[in-house]
Amino acid sequence: MPANSDTILIFVNEEPRRVAPGCSIRQLRDRFKPAADILIDNGHPVTEDVAVGESDRVVLIKRGEVPSSDELEALMVARHGPGIHEKVKRARVGIAGCGGLGSAVAIALARLGVGVLRLVDYDIVEPSNLNRQQFFIDQIGRMKTDALAENLARINPYVKTESIQMRLNRANIAPTFADCDAVAECFDDPIAKRDMTVAMRHDLPHVPLVTVSGIAGIGPSDKIGIRKIFDNIWMVGDGETEAAPGQGLLAPRVAVAAGHQANVILRILLGEEF
Amino acid sequence: MEIKVNGEPRQIEQETSVLKFIQSLGLDSRKVAVEHNGEILEETEFSGKTIKEGDSLEIVRFVGGG
Repeated sequence: MPANSDTILIFVNEEPRRVAPGCSIRQLRDRFKPAADILIDNGHPVTEDVAVGESDRVVLIKRGEVPSSDELEALMVARHGPGIHEKVKRARVGIAGCGGLGSAVAIALARLGVGVLRLVDYDIVEPSNLNRQQFFIDQIGRMKTDALAENLARINPYVKTESIQMRLNRANIAPTFADCDAVAECFDDPIAKRDMTVAMRHDLPHVPLVTVSGIAGIGPSDKIGIRKIFDNIWMVGDGETEAAPGQGLLAPRVAVAAGHQANVILRILLGEEF
Repeated sequence: MEIKVNGEPRQIEQETSVLKFIQSLGLDSRKVAVEHNGEILEETEFSGKTIKEGDSLEIVRFVGGG
């Protein structure tokens, strides 16, 4: 018999609380936060009055009010479902290039709550980038690494970012990403993409890489596939549609590819792939 | 003689270098990653590596855009 058989332990806005068994979520609201109009039980907003159970995580929010930092992280985390947060929070992921792919991959991973994102790029935000890259007009002229880190902090301040301003090449890729749990190749240049694969395959065979080839144009989204090309390397893309005059890089296909990259990385971090 | 390229059997007339083989496929040697019998090659090794009977090659092509 538990010591407190007449109560159950739950968490209300991340505070441990003992309440009577059968206690309902509206009773909790009335007791702990009467002004709350959004009631969340284990990550799911509930509209009907439901009884809470042992170990439930209940979050009570007043619409429009920014929750405290602990509440906010708990809310975002609970939405993922069990077992995700603990694993991604411990991870460090490298973003090699912070353009169309890199900015979108980083945002997805920040929303997941990946512990550390290492952002590497040598370039600044230019007006032409805004057709697909996750920057804002007022960031034109800024270093991409800094502008992206700023945007990520606005989305999820519990993700740490490490900005490195350098041009990656065959020699400096391995030292830059040796301590990462996974890396996304997000370059534009095909030779740099090739160097990334060769470096990661040769120098860091235990670090998974998700590379991209073939995402330009307006071809069907479902031609953008995912395949494992070498033991530690996955490739996203249709394999052939290159960025060229008359065949640009457009936001939708770049987003499809970046979403594939982020999901492969999530699956790697959760032990589903590697 | 028979070799394997990306898992598929393929006939070549005689031993040849990785570089020549890539060029014979119409590929740009700067934009491909090649594993020869499971070993990743640097681009500088392409001309010195000979493809022999029974060898396997994995050739991955990269196109620009990101």
